[in-house]
Amino acid sequence: MKPSGSISRRQFIRSTALTTGGLIIAFHVPAGIRKAAALTETSLFMPNAFLRIGADDSVKVLLSHCEMGQGIWTSLSMLIAEELDADWHKLQVEHAPADTAYYHTIYATQRTGGSSSLYSEFDRYRKAGATARHLLVQAAANRWKVNSNECRTENGYVISGDKNVRYGELVQEASALPAPADVPLKDPASWKIIGKEKIKKLDSPEKINGKAVFGMDVHIPGMLTAMVSRVPVSGARVIRYNEAAAMAVPGVRQVVKIPTGIAVLADDFWAAKKGREALKVQWDLGEASHLNSDSLLTELKARADKGGTAATNAGNPDETFSKSKYKLEAEYYQPFLAQAPMEPLNCTVQLSADKCEIWTGTQTQTDDQRAAAQITGLPINKVFITTCFLGGSFGRRNITRSDFVREAVEIAKATGKVVKTVWTREDDIQGGMYRPAFLHRFKVGLDASGMPVSWKQISVGQSVMTGGPFEKVAVINGVDMFSIEGMQTAPFVKKIKDQKIELNTPTWPVLIDNWRAVGLSHTIFAMESLIDEMAYAVKKDPVAYRRMLYKDVPRLLGVLNLAAEKSNWGSPLPKGRGRGIAAYEAVASYVALVAEVSVLKDGSVKVHKVTCAVDCGLAIHPDGVVAQMEGSIGYGLSTALYSEITFKNGQVQQKNFYNYPILRIHEMPEVNTFIVPSNEKPGGIGEASVGQMMPALTNAIFAATGKRIRNLPIKKVNTGTA
Amino acid sequence: MKNFHFTLFHHTWKVIVCIVLAIASVNLMLPARPTNTNRSSAIAPPATIMPKNNPAADDNEKKREQESKAAFAEAYTVFMHPRCMNCHPSGDVPLQGDDSHQHTQGVKRGPDGKGLYALKCSNCHQSVDLEGEHLPPGHPNWHLPTAARPMIFQGKSPRQLAMSFKDSTFTGFRSIDQLVEHVEHDKLVIHSFTYGTRPPLTHEDFVAKVKEWIDKGAALPDK
Amino acid sequence: MIQLTVNGKQYEVDVLPDMPILWVIRDKLKLTGTKFGCGAAQCGACTVHLDGQGIRSCISPVSRAVGKEIVTIEGLQPSLSKPLMEAWTEIDVPQCGYCQTGQIMAAAILLRENNDPSDQDIDNAMSGNICRCGTYQRIRKAIHLAAELKRSAT
Repeated sequence: MKPSGSISRRQFIRSTALTTGGLIIAFHVPAGIRKAAALTETSLFMPNAFLRIGADDSVKVLLSHCEMGQGIWTSLSMLIAEELDADWHKLQVEHAPADTAYYHTIYATQRTGGSSSLYSEFDRYRKAGATARHLLVQAAANRWKVNSNECRTENGYVISGDKNVRYGELVQEASALPAPADVPLKDPASWKIIGKEKIKKLDSPEKINGKAVFGMDVHIPGMLTAMVSRVPVSGARVIRYNEAAAMAVPGVRQVVKIPTGIAVLADDFWAAKKGREALKVQWDLGEASHLNSDSLLTELKARADKGGTAATNAGNPDETFSKSKYKLEAEYYQPFLAQAPMEPLNCTVQLSADKCEIWTGTQTQTDDQRAAAQITGLPINKVFITTCFLGGSFGRRNITRSDFVREAVEIAKATGKVVKTVWTREDDIQGGMYRPAFLHRFKVGLDASGMPVSWKQISVGQSVMTGGPFEKVAVINGVDMFSIEGMQTAPFVKKIKDQKIELNTPTWPVLIDNWRAVGLSHTIFAMESLIDEMAYAVKKDPVAYRRMLYKDVPRLLGVLNLAAEKSNWGSPLPKGRGRGIAAYEAVASYVALVAEVSVLKDGSVKVHKVTCAVDCGLAIHPDGVVAQMEGSIGYGLSTALYSEITFKNGQVQQKNFYNYPILRIHEMPEVNTFIVPSNEKPGGIGEASVGQMMPALTNAIFAATGKRIRNLPIKKVNTGTA
Repeated sequence: MKNFHFTLFHHTWKVIVCIVLAIASVNLMLPARPTNTNRSSAIAPPATIMPKNNPAADDNEKKREQESKAAFAEAYTVFMHPRCMNCHPSGDVPLQGDDSHQHTQGVKRGPDGKGLYALKCSNCHQSVDLEGEHLPPGHPNWHLPTAARPMIFQGKSPRQLAMSFKDSTFTGFRSIDQLVEHVEHDKLVIHSFTYGTRPPLTHEDFVAKVKEWIDKGAALPDK
Repeated sequence: MIQLTVNGKQYEVDVLPDMPILWVIRDKLKLTGTKFGCGAAQCGACTVHLDGQGIRSCISPVSRAVGKEIVTIEGLQPSLSKPLMEAWTEIDVPQCGYCQTGQIMAAAILLRENNDPSDQDIDNAMSGNICRCGTYQRIRKAIHLAAELKRSAT
């Protein structure tokens, strides 16, 4: 029986594309760039929005997506550089301005997210490079009075026989030529850049020498620094604050009330911080004052008892369960999480009568423009955004309601000053937009071979998509498909004739939003833990069991087997050491992780090794893929071991890294990554392996100790010995 | 003439025996010299000679010993309090917080007790306490004992700790007076009584207890 | 007014003595290579050298720097910056990059004091620096390589 009301991340992408008119190829150049170019440069070839070639042979790539560490600064540029045949060493990269020309090819707004940048731009960026090359060749051919097909390109030159000419010398002539309707792309067999190991990241040098400009580093003459007293819950209000005390702090210039709280403006960060402390703002948290983590968990369980809205409902799972050879009941709990990027949030705004200029690291340019336009009354095309390097995001800078940009614009509007609004680490950890807490409860019946034949599931947690621009495609018949992402669409679940998957969605005042991998950040832990328990229940090896479950999914089998092979699965381990595996599809890629761990006498966990097998289709920047796998493994491990946001009487109890601890270098395992060679369409990378790390870890702890962990974070394992 | 010599010898012999016995009994009366597990010199407290077979003297001696032990027991609660013990760990890692967990961020003692590389004590610990939640306390001389002389308190019973304090290879002190000097006047010690969760005694009372322990014989606790 | 020496240059800054060194160099001297990550000495992004020692500038008051030499990433001596930056580039360490200058400044202390650090030495030197992007494995490789480059340069 086909489950209803379910869509996978792939289907979500397809359905959004349908509503927005499909692939957009922007071959115009935003007015702002054209104007600026005319003022500052005599010769600039601008065949499309993504490329500028100068008379000095400089090749500037404009990125429609933002760099937050995932590596698209380089991998998107590789797409253009490959087709353009430019001199790689002359490549410069810039974040594009905020403009409709840079709308996401699927989401009809300018945004970065869902690990979609590479696959959504795979064609557009290559075409952009190919078009430019075509025009340069045509220009040279015209100059030499030969046919285009008598010319070839290499390393920034057009060559014909013994004649050659630099791209830079052709810019004026090429600019005068009409753009072709379409151009052929290179045969992958001839690729020199795409898929090659030796490509180094283009942004590394400035990140190494300290010259890279993050939002936090922006300085505008006359700028003030603002800090805001705010709370991470809805429905709160300010009772009182001491403005005079704040104004008495040297360097403080102004105190102003804004929708999110009270802002202190000062000459510099330090004065703003001291000024805000002097404010002593008192809040009435309203409904949120009853938020306590213990009672939230109790409520999650009570809601699970009650049931929810059915995402799937087929056959008679209860009856089949009662007749099943093996019966398994399990409940998994995962807490609220902060993203905690290394660079705390910040946003600089200069507002005048006719324009609003914003400098920040953001993934949601169009949403931000709309928010600023709404607040200031300016037309959207008068809101200019300079996107800086993002010092990490993990979801925190992917907020469709534009929380931190809105706030910064409000402050600029209320004061008339040029203001950089900055967040401290405490503001960040306590600032909301958390990954919601989730409970997943299962009742599963297995047949004699161990295959699940009855599946009853109730999941409970807040909805990330409700109230946002993707609600219409993401929330189907009352079910936010991201809350149960990858569960009802799991290949073996789809085949179960007797199943009921329900979702109960509380509406709590806790502000929640995107966190790396979104639903997969918690659903994969539940699923891969449950699958592991299923394997042990029928006394099958965890890898062998998954081979059975996934026998119809060759790419998932592929990574499963590769990870098992490379980790020496099944080979003897010293006493007290165990291996655990998790294999899952995520953001159109397939990743299997094997963790090898020990638990020390005091209960602390030592992760020795993680073996990663990834099938991301075509790996455009292989070393970038490896880097993202290593990084995700660190991020997932940190989360599973330590991360939780807890509430007491409405207050978040965590404040900084001393009580929201982060994995450090001495805890990082050895990571070995193996990329499956593939010519399939590129899949996503940034969120492909975060979810798998957590159950790989807890499955390994089970193998090592016999202790099954169903709740995160782990912190220490109660081995019952010490 | 022969009888005279015999008598003299006999008399002398008796006198010698008496003197020997007297000396022996005096030795038995003296408090035992402290023994310790290694070969280093023991620090002998001042001796008080009591006449033999004096029940009052016995009682006084026992009382003095009890008081000495009791004084140490009180001082022990300070020595083992996080504000002292955290910098006298048994391992290579300083302790932190009121629960004496291992100091975060991978900080280590280092050969000179001042930490390693970019994680030296003074890299974070300033010369004064910083105001603000969870900001490090500070002192110009923030450090642990050296690796060569780690002065471990952690994990020691009162008896073990007392024995350590009387062992000059543990303390590096030539006499126990220097122990008093250290607890009374060392600036880092004094600072430890001024921040965070306070030790159970004031510095003044703590010093008094240490002095009392020593003055009354530096008795080793039973356990 | 407070007199400071930063990267070999003299500055006069009009700040109160309790302002952390981090904010003096970022907000007043506009040297933004040193980063703000936590303000509580937890993450190491603010690491600068003060008379050669790797201090946490986010909590060290500027009064501490009077009469001493501050060195930031912008002014790290070539004998240390060259092998480190070459190694960091060769291994392609950074992802978002925000923590990297602090990592390099901490690693510089290690290399100055230990010309052949073991993995344990690297742990001892670098566990104070947080990387949220998880570049730790590459940091370790890069430090080994930097030490090698430094040894062969001398």
